[in-house]
Order: sequence, then structure tokens, then C-alpha cells
Amino acid sequence: MNDHVILRCEDVTVSFDGFKAVQGMNLELKKRGLRFLIGPNGAGKTTLLDAVCGKVKPSGGRIVFQDGIDLARRKEHQIAELGIGRKFQAPSIFPTLTVEENLELAMRQKRGVLATLRTRILSSERKLIRTRLEGIGLGGKGTLRAGGLSHGEKQWLEIGMMLMQEPSLLLLDEPAAGMTDRETDKTGELLQEIAQERAVVVVEHDMEFVRNFASIVTVMHEGRLLMEGTMDQVQADERVAEVYLGKRREATC
Amino acid sequence: MKVLQRASASRYGLATAYLLAAALLAAAPLFTSDFRLNLLAKFLAFAIAAVGLDLLWGYTGILSLGHGVFFGLGGYAMAMHLKLQASGGKLPDFMEWSGLSKLPWFWTLFQSFGMSVILGIAIPSLVALFLGYFTFRNRIRGVYFTILTQALVVISVTLITGQQAFTGGTNGITGYGELFGYSLAAPEMKIALYYVTAAVLVVVLLLSRFLVKSRFGKVLRAVRDGENRVRFLGYNPAKFQMAVFVLSAAFSGIAGMLFVLHVGIISPSMMGIVPSIEMVLWVAIGGRGTLIGAALGALLMNGAKSVFSETYPEIWLFFMGALFIVTTVFLPRGIVGLVADGWHRLRLLGRRRKGVPEHERSRYSAV
Amino acid sequence: MDVVWLQLFNGISVSSILLLIALGLAVTFGQMNVINMAHGELIMVGAYATYLTQRLFQMYLPASWFDQYFLLSILASFVAAFLIGLLLEKVLIRFLYGRPLDSLLATWGVGLVLQQLARTLFGAPNVGVKSPSWLEGGLTVTSGLSLPYKRLFILGLVAVCLLAMFLYIYRTAAGRRMRAVMQNRDMAACLGISTRRVDSMTFAIGSGLAGVAGCALTLIGPIGPTIGTYYIVDAFMVVVLGGVGKLVGTVFGALGIGLTNSLFEYWTDASLGKVLVFLCIVAFLQWKPKGFVAMRTRSLD
Repeated sequence: MNDHVILRCEDVTVSFDGFKAVQGMNLELKKRGLRFLIGPNGAGKTTLLDAVCGKVKPSGGRIVFQDGIDLARRKEHQIAELGIGRKFQAPSIFPTLTVEENLELAMRQKRGVLATLRTRILSSERKLIRTRLEGIGLGGKGTLRAGGLSHGEKQWLEIGMMLMQEPSLLLLDEPAAGMTDRETDKTGELLQEIAQERAVVVVEHDMEFVRNFASIVTVMHEGRLLMEGTMDQVQADERVAEVYLGKRREATC
Repeated sequence: MKVLQRASASRYGLATAYLLAAALLAAAPLFTSDFRLNLLAKFLAFAIAAVGLDLLWGYTGILSLGHGVFFGLGGYAMAMHLKLQASGGKLPDFMEWSGLSKLPWFWTLFQSFGMSVILGIAIPSLVALFLGYFTFRNRIRGVYFTILTQALVVISVTLITGQQAFTGGTNGITGYGELFGYSLAAPEMKIALYYVTAAVLVVVLLLSRFLVKSRFGKVLRAVRDGENRVRFLGYNPAKFQMAVFVLSAAFSGIAGMLFVLHVGIISPSMMGIVPSIEMVLWVAIGGRGTLIGAALGALLMNGAKSVFSETYPEIWLFFMGALFIVTTVFLPRGIVGLVADGWHRLRLLGRRRKGVPEHERSRYSAV
Repeated sequence: MDVVWLQLFNGISVSSILLLIALGLAVTFGQMNVINMAHGELIMVGAYATYLTQRLFQMYLPASWFDQYFLLSILASFVAAFLIGLLLEKVLIRFLYGRPLDSLLATWGVGLVLQQLARTLFGAPNVGVKSPSWLEGGLTVTSGLSLPYKRLFILGLVAVCLLAMFLYIYRTAAGRRMRAVMQNRDMAACLGISTRRVDSMTFAIGSGLAGVAGCALTLIGPIGPTIGTYYIVDAFMVVVLGGVGKLVGTVFGALGIGLTNSLFEYWTDASLGKVLVFLCIVAFLQWKPKGFVAMRTRSLD
């Protein structure tokens, strides 16, 4: 495998009780960089992410990570251990744990039962958590119960947890949903920054957001790859306009 | 800085309370009758089981209605040893009545006290490991798991009742009174057993506290909050669930062994559906997810039961039914939650006057 | 060979009663995500309603009418359990929607209270209910095999209830609303369905069916305050095995539990048989962890 490539989806198919949500999708990701995944509703974007992180098992095709690891055979927690982080659409944090504890559990570490019994939090780790708290704008709120945070703060906390995981591939499902414009911009900048170290895939519906931050965009339609390119190329493409932007225009009329 | 001082002040308060409780436990033999001391010792054994159940239910969110089985298995292990001692090399009486001529092989394991104690912990743990492995691994959880644990109770009780020749059937195993040749009924023995039980309870509480405060404990609470989220962080929830289920079964086994030493009988009726769910009530009443609440709940409920159930058995059952309803609907955090809420409200009143910012106040809603 | 057939028949007969009990549990769990531990006591309510109807006939009506009491008692037991279920839903269950474990504990408390109430009203010992004479005897199939009319009657009764339930769920407007709520509560509410009313109706109907099961049980043996507890655990296992969301799952679960129970008990003995059935259930769940029918969702939990 080309050593610049971190993930390769080959002809991936996912079906739910006969309905094929993804049918023969191909995707290749480089070790670094921000990739936007767009497409009309039901195009299979979320399902593709689910297949990569192990939430659903593909019924056909291969998903190869790094040096030939076949993800289809791994369980979710093993995939996460390999260095693939996933953020779901609805913020999912641990509400009865404090904000700091949320980050502590997400931190890169040994995750076996015995390991968690033995470890004590190191001062360097505590410092890391503090820095991260500042970074996601939750500076003074480390000891608060995470369930009491506002919706936007929960989103940020979850992004913070993703960063603590230090994944080499990060999958995000509509990270900017429910955020204010300013927060959205901040999220975009953060994504660009972290994508310099790792591969990041973002599923997004907010075209404004995609236009502002995307370098390469992958368009999905009916469970397949429709096209791939820069935002300009995508916008100029007739097929995309037909299935996606075209529909959008109709909808706004 | 002020917050820190306040936190440490409340910590001192708590420490004093714990010390007081420990002193009370230690001094109990001085001012209670033998009969009451024996009762209290029995309740302390129940409290051990309750703490284990709290680890499982309060912290990890897994409700087991099957802890009576683990309690009973521990009890049987101890009872079998005592019975063999009492029979003095002959076949236990109920086996003769059932027409057995030779001691069954698995009974011979219980001839040594040490082995019996090991088995009294190991057997419940293995049963829990078996059930846990085949359920958590497949993400069978919530009510499904709870119902399976209740089925475990039913089959265990039927099995033990049915295999009379090996288990003593409905009557259970009784008719013994000596440990290492000392009478279990002797006052000195009673006091010694009381202290052993109290010490085990303290150790179990401290161990549980250590677990809860460790990162392991945080993962348990995270599993309770969102099992799938834990999975996508790279932890395998099934392993944590199994670990805590086995541990809590082991605690129940220990409690069962001590129970037999205090009471001198174990029978299927002590591990049935009702005793199993009563254990859950102790935890609920005391306050789940607080450890000390579970122990307190066990003591209080059993104290109340021994007072009321003999004089007004009918009212007791109505009362217990009502308690189930009231605690789950109105008091989900039990007595400890009630006390903690009252305490915080008082302090909030005090601090609101001093003008502490809102977000600092809300931290006290965290448990 | 006849013995095996008889065991099979008994198994189906037990399955049919389990099915009647488990139907109510499956719909309330599937639709409202509550577990009703007091369901067993609703069986008891039905059984005592039958007992009372019988007593009334014995006391106030001519002896020649007595044989007809049973038909009335089926209705009486349904109505009694239906009303108690409705009351239970209105005052307690609705606070516990979506909290299965809490609902389990609270309804267990309700069960205790109802049991104790029955003990106070009717006494702790079991009471016998005299079956109508037209249900005595049995249908002789071969010289060694005779199928008791009582059990055949129960089979017929369950078949009628199941058919009625099927028609209600799949052919009426109320049933359509019920399915809508079960599949997507929020969407159903948005479309103007009063989910509150659908919920209490579903719960009450499930309770009523448990009452009918209690009525059927009076044909098999004496009844007492704890009659429900014998059946409730098995009925829950039916739900676990069958899964929630579709009638066919519950039917499958009931047949599975009822048949394996009676066959294993015949091949080994009662106590070992139970253990084997439990192991079979655990083994089955390795293959289908969510039971025979499972509803797929795309949400995280």
C-alpha cells in the first residue's frame, strides 16, 4: 500500500435488511488533510463513517487502514484503539462525569481493566487536560458535571475528547450543527489546524462552512462516489448540480 | 480558594461521621445483648452484599435481580463445610434419608475450611463470569440482562430444591453448631464473628471506594452513561461489566458465608426471587451510587423488618411494596441523596447571600 | 410414543398461556419501554375474578345455570384486569416511561401490595375453582392418548384472543396508531396522535389479556395470591427470546419456552429441565442477541 495513504475503502457495500445504504463506495484518504464528505440526504455519508468505525459491518468490499489492516474484522473498541476517532451527530458525552473526567477517559492510554485499576493521573496528564480545557473554551468548568453544559459546550467537549484521543484518523458527523456562526468559524479553523497532523473526514450539510474550509470535497450520491475535487470543481460539475445543488435550488424556490 | 476550604470542611465533617460510625460498630458488643448483636452481625453481612450490588447497579447501571443466588452459593459452601464437621466423618443425615450411601465427590472438597472459603467466593464468581461472558459480550443489557438474572434465580432455586439428596432440598442445610470445634452459639464466638463481619464490611467498603475513585470506576460510570460512547473511545465495555459483575457476585458470596455462620441455616428460600429483589431495595433506599448508602440501607431495612415483620407481618408487606414505589418515583437517590440535597440547599442559601457565582454553585449538584 | 405426543400437547398448552401473558408484556415494553412486574398480579386478578363469578353463580343463581358461569367469567376477568391496568397506568406507569429498570422496581412494589391485598381479602391458602361440567373429560385420539377438553378449550381461547389482538393491531385505526407510536413516538405525536391515550389503552389491553390468562389458569389448578409469580418469569423469558415489536416474535418465544420446558422436563427431571432450558435461551441469544425479531435503529443507543 502507498505509504501516504491511511485509509482505503474499496467497493464498500452496507445493507440494512435488504436496503443498500452504501453500494460500492470507493474512497482513499491521505495521512494528513481535511476531507469534506457531502451529498444529498440518504446518500450514505453517515453509514460510510459507521462502516469505517465499526458501528455497522459492511456486507461487501474492503476497508483497509494503514498497512493493510482490514477494519471489517475488528470490533468498535479495537478500531478506536487503532487510532480512529468518531464524533456522532448528537453530542454524546458522559453526563454524570465531570468535564475533566470526560477528557481523562478519552486521553490516549492503555484501556484494559487492569490498566485502569493501576493508573494514577500524572501531573503531566493533568496539565494536558487543563491545556485542552482552555483550548475548547471550557477553562473554568473542569469540575462541572458535563450533563449541565449547554448544547454548544457539549459539542466542544466532545471535540476536546476527540483531540485527547490523538487519533490518526478523525471522523466527524456535522460538527458545526447547532453552533452559532462565530463558533462555526472557530470549529472550522480548529479542524484545519488539527488536519495538519492527521486525516480528518467531515460530513457536512452547511455549504457555507464547506466552501470556507474545504480543500478537497468528496460527493456521494445513492451510496456511491459521484465525484471528488476542489469545491470549485464540484460546484462546476453538472452531475453534482443535478443531484445536489440542483435539488437545493428547487427546494429554495 | 474559598471553595477548596469549604470542600475540605465538608470532608472533615464526613470523616468525623465515618469515625463515629466505626466507633459505634466497634463498641456495639459492649452495650447490646447477645441476641441483638447476632442480629446486627447478620445485617452487617447483608450490608456487604448491598455494597457489591451498588457497585454493579449504582455505578455501572446494571441491575441484577440474581444476587440472592450468589449469596446462597456462598452460604451453601460454608454450610456444607459445617455440616461435614458436624457429621464427624459420617454421611450427613439428609443424605442418609435420601438413600445415598457415599459422600458425593463435590462434597469432599468442602472438608477443609480454607477450601470451603475459596469455593464460597469462587463458585459465585464463576457463575457470574459465565452469565456475564455470554450476555455482555453480545451487548445483552438493561432489562434483558435483568430478566436473565431473575431466571437464574428461578433455575437455581428449582435445582437446589429438586436435588434433595445432594443439597438438602427445601429444608436446606442445617443442624450444625461448631467451627474448628468451638460452638457457634457461645457468646465469645458470637462476638468474634461479629468483629470478623464488621471488619470484612469495612474492607469491602474501602476496596469499593478505591475502585470507584480509580479510573476503573470512572469507566464504570461512563459505561452507565453511554456504553456505546465508551466503546468508540477504545474501551471494551463488556470486560468492565464482567469485572464488576464478578466482583459484586464475590461480595455476595462472602456475605452468604458470614450469614450462615451467624444464622446456622441456608435454604433455597433465602436465595429466591424475593430475597434477591429485597437486596436491590436496600440499595435503592440507602441511595444508589454512594456505597455507604447501600450499607446503611441494608442495616435500616433489615432493622425495620425485624421490628415490624414479626408484630405486623401484613403491614410489613404493604409497607415494603409502597417503599419500592416511593423510592423509585420520588427518591431515586435514596436517603443519602436526600441528606446530601438538604445539606447543599442549606449551604447554597448561605452562599447566595455571599454572592458566589452561579457556575460554582451548580458544581454541588454533581454527586 | 403417545407419551411424547402428550408432552408435546402439554407444551403447546403451556405455550398458549405464556403467550397470552407475554403479549401484554411485549407490547408495553416495546411501546413504552416499561417493564411491568405487577403483570403477574394481573393474572391473579383475573383468576380471582373468575373465582368470584363462580361464587356468585353458586350463591344467587339456580344450579342449572352454573355451567354457563365460565363464559361470563372470561369477560369478567378481562374487564377487572383491564380496569386495574388502566388505573395503574394513570397513577404510576406514566411517570416511568423510558425508565425500564425503575419501572421494574416500582411495579414490583405494586405487585407486592396487590398480593398482600389478595391475601387479606381471600386468605393466604389457595382456593379451587370448579370447572364447568362441559369441560370435563377429554378427546380420545388413540387408546393411549387423550387430550383434556380443558386444555383444548384454553388453546381455543388463546387462539381467539390472538386473532382479536391481530385484528386490533393490524386492521383497526386504534391499532395503527399503536404501531405508529411504537415505531416512532415523536413522529406519531407530531402527526396529532395522542400518545398518552394510545399508551394507556395499550397498557390496559395488555393487562386485560393477563386477566384472561388468569381465568384460563383456574381450569388447570387451584389459585392463590402468588399464582402470578410462577408464570411471570417464564413470560419475561418469552419476551427476551421473542424480541419486541412484532406479534410473531412473541408467538415464537412462547412456543420455544413452552415446548422446550415440557420436553426437557420429560427427558430429564423438573429441576434439571429448567437449567437446560435456561442454557438453551442463553445459547439462542448468542445467535440473536435481541431476540427472534429485532427492530433496527440508526441512533447510537
